[in-house]
Amino acid sequence: MLLYEMTLSKLHDELTSGRISAMELLDGVLKRIASTDSKLKAYLRLTEEEALKAAKAADARLLAKEGINPLLGIPFAIKDNMCTEGISTTCASKILDGYVPAYSASVAQRLFNFGAVMVGKANMDEFAMGSSTENSAYQITANPWDLSRVPGGSSGGSAAAVAAGQAIFALGSDTGGSIRQPAALCGVVGMKPTYGLVSRYGLIAFASSLDQIGPIAKSVTDAALILNAICGHDPMDSTSLKVGTSDFTQGLEAGVKGLKVGVPKELMGEGIDDGVKAKVEEAIKIFEGLGASVKEASLPHSEYALSAYYLIAPAEASSNLARFDGVRYGHRTKEDVEDMVDMYSKTRAEGFGAEVKRRIMLGTYALSAGYYDAYYGQAQKVRTLIMDDFKKAFSEHDVLISPTTPTSAFKGGEKTKDPLSMYMSDICTIPTNLAGIPAISVPCGLSEGLPVGLQIMGKALDEPTILRAAYAFEKEFNFSERPKL
Amino acid sequence: MELETVIGLEIHVELNTSSKMFCGCSADFFGAEPNTLTCPVCLGLPGALPVANEKALEHTATIGLALGCSVSPITKFDRKNYFYPDMPKDYQISQYDMPVCKNGYLDVEMTAQELSSQSQEPYVRRVGINRVHLEEDTGKLIHIGQSGRIAAAEYSLLDFNRAGVPLVEIVTEPDIRSADEAKAFVQNLKNVIEHLGVSDCDMEKGSFRCDANISLRPVGSEELGTKSEVKNMNSFRAIQRALIYEIERQTKILLDGGRVIQETRHFDAVGNTTSSLRSKEEAHDYRYFPEPDLVPKVFTEEEVRALKAALPELPTDKKKRFISDYSLSPSDAAFLTSSKATGDYFEECMRLKGDAKKVANWMMGELSMHLNAAGLKIEESALTPRHLLSLLKLIDAGSISGKMAKEIFAESFETGKLAEVIVEEKNLTQLSDSSEIEKIVMMALSENSKAVEEYHQGKDRAIGFLVGQAMRLSQGRANPALLNEILKEKLSEKA
Ligand SMILES: [Zn+2]
Repeated sequence: MLLYEMTLSKLHDELTSGRISAMELLDGVLKRIASTDSKLKAYLRLTEEEALKAAKAADARLLAKEGINPLLGIPFAIKDNMCTEGISTTCASKILDGYVPAYSASVAQRLFNFGAVMVGKANMDEFAMGSSTENSAYQITANPWDLSRVPGGSSGGSAAAVAAGQAIFALGSDTGGSIRQPAALCGVVGMKPTYGLVSRYGLIAFASSLDQIGPIAKSVTDAALILNAICGHDPMDSTSLKVGTSDFTQGLEAGVKGLKVGVPKELMGEGIDDGVKAKVEEAIKIFEGLGASVKEASLPHSEYALSAYYLIAPAEASSNLARFDGVRYGHRTKEDVEDMVDMYSKTRAEGFGAEVKRRIMLGTYALSAGYYDAYYGQAQKVRTLIMDDFKKAFSEHDVLISPTTPTSAFKGGEKTKDPLSMYMSDICTIPTNLAGIPAISVPCGLSEGLPVGLQIMGKALDEPTILRAAYAFEKEFNFSERPKL
Repeated sequence: MELETVIGLEIHVELNTSSKMFCGCSADFFGAEPNTLTCPVCLGLPGALPVANEKALEHTATIGLALGCSVSPITKFDRKNYFYPDMPKDYQISQYDMPVCKNGYLDVEMTAQELSSQSQEPYVRRVGINRVHLEEDTGKLIHIGQSGRIAAAEYSLLDFNRAGVPLVEIVTEPDIRSADEAKAFVQNLKNVIEHLGVSDCDMEKGSFRCDANISLRPVGSEELGTKSEVKNMNSFRAIQRALIYEIERQTKILLDGGRVIQETRHFDAVGNTTSSLRSKEEAHDYRYFPEPDLVPKVFTEEEVRALKAALPELPTDKKKRFISDYSLSPSDAAFLTSSKATGDYFEECMRLKGDAKKVANWMMGELSMHLNAAGLKIEESALTPRHLLSLLKLIDAGSISGKMAKEIFAESFETGKLAEVIVEEKNLTQLSDSSEIEKIVMMALSENSKAVEEYHQGKDRAIGFLVGQAMRLSQGRANPALLNEILKEKLSEKA
């Protein structure tokens, strides 16, 4: 087995036993990137120099047996909306052209401290808005399973990189499904933790009340190990939860015997592709075979989730993205301007892509005087109803399962002209963002040669249960296909 | 048509917390090198998040409590969205519908001195406080060009040291009826906040600033007229002047049958006029919505109780205490509690065992006069309570005359020297030695034999002349009573 194909936990054994060095591992990954990224375009930029330094430092730690931890020496990719000190961070937007952050996001800093080796910044939909990574201002990432198809979005670069062995794991951000949807479409594990479990400090905000950083990995165990590293209270983020650190690998093997699994009927009905539905039904059988009790569940307000989401997220985005105004950093128009307002207008017109502009306008409208109550206010009420739906569902079920996405990976360009059909890609994932609860996507097979993802949702802070369920399924199902690249 | 003035004020107070509102940067920006007190958070760099300063929230609640407000059990922050170059995030974190405090008041006693129109009787005006909320201050734009104004600037520089400094906004009800009341209200409010110790309230440094909304309406009408908003009033005098001008301007428009335009006006302190800054007809849509990066703050009953218990003595209570403890008249006590520093000065004099009435008189008289002339604040005066008492001691001991005392006061004020030092240096002690005075009297009599003659001829006026001459010879140092006595004695001997 090639190094870049191994899981994080396997590589940790290899590194600590001295069979390989961090430098060799990095070399393997960099070679893989060199041979595949011209086709895949998962990375916006590589950070080879910093990676070599980090790998060297990791080897020194391994040799001295100091600061050994599961992430030490492991190459990873980070979505380009997380700030990295001294390394250009653009959110795949022209407006941040040339912007070099003066500080690192808390998650990045934690990974650096653990001695993980960052190999590059992964491509994404501009400002995390999109479900196909076609909205990047710089390049379009391909799906490693079929280069004519999209990797999903907005963490498409991160998911494609992990699926293709261009990184052992990656960090993505999930506002409406942006980790789980691309993970599903690329056949890897992706997890959105409970809102507030992972610090957002240094994550360039799309929609603050929905954004959450999480791992994209090759296995459930890997996801748990990464979550161990990035979770925990951060005094720099006041929405960061004050919960003690825990080891999410503990109890993974406890099995699902007696676990009450609910299947929300609203997420298995209309709009779900037959091939996808068939795979999820097979997964349900596996759970039953493992001793779980599976029952139908209901999230009656989930039909309004998409509408609520497309008011709340753009509203917050319209405000979050105001700071990109050409005054202090990033792009500024080179045209002659008449006054300040003219400078703002031209700068922003040039700097933002169509989807971002669409959402800024939507959000601005939703918040404007006279429309607030009808749109934003109403959406917040729906959000409360959705939270109540989940509360009720979790009083009867331990976890909820559903498809992660309604279809497998679609063709590039197929939905770019029709924003609404693109928005539907996140229909199964959005409710959990509105409710702030954790969810994980694990591969549950192939449909016409393309991966299908199974989503497992849990109560707030009940990551251990969804990880346990995902682990049991992963072990039993044993998804071993790899993209042929 | 008789018109009534309606004024509402918005006062911004910068808190003197050690760190800024949402980050750990120092809030002590005055005079600091531009952009040295900044970090990713207060610069609004992408990805940076605010964390609310608990101390600032407490200070805001304290201000509200001092103004008789209720503290909201839950208070949250909101975003006020608008584009401006000195605002790093292009939204300001402020409070919209759940301010820290609501519904209070401040009683403003309008004394005779405070009323520019002599015809009115002193009265008390209760001014309602609509709300007290917390927000972040903006940075500063420095326009480089001839005018210093944005319109004609060649380019502009940005200093973000002030960006994110905690700013409390106090909004009054439209209860103020005249420029005098507005001025008195602001003076009183500043005094209250100074007593709380939560802000340095320095108007010159902009840490205490005031905007006024002003409109006129027919007497008896309940409806509010169209208002103008006056900004840039950075002294009490400016507030009064600006409002007087604005009342006259609007009165003229309305009496001429015109219509007041809703707009923001800028006060020009040189010309004592206001001028239109921008039209507010197209009201700004700030698109307020709850700040998703901050969790609401909960004030528990215990917290509020503790803050209330920790309130220091406020000016009204201090005034009562001064009247009862020091047997001062209400007007003396009012003067002595008109600012925190004045009260502190007085109490320090009391601690040094001064006589309350005498200290009060000197503070209201000589000290006030010199401070005004020098444009100094009492706390900046070189003549400290110790200096004042040094002077009063010499007067009490009869070592210096009242006339000399005023001169010594002036020098002490000027140089910061203690009265006893000045007296010593200039040999200014009062001459009370009878033999010394006798010599001087004899000299005066021999030099002015003509006047002596006149005296003996019955011209009583001559004695005044002789006293003056003797005093001149003593260089003003002779004890006047003694001098008079000796002079009469010698004159009768000669008779
Ligand atoms: Zn700062």
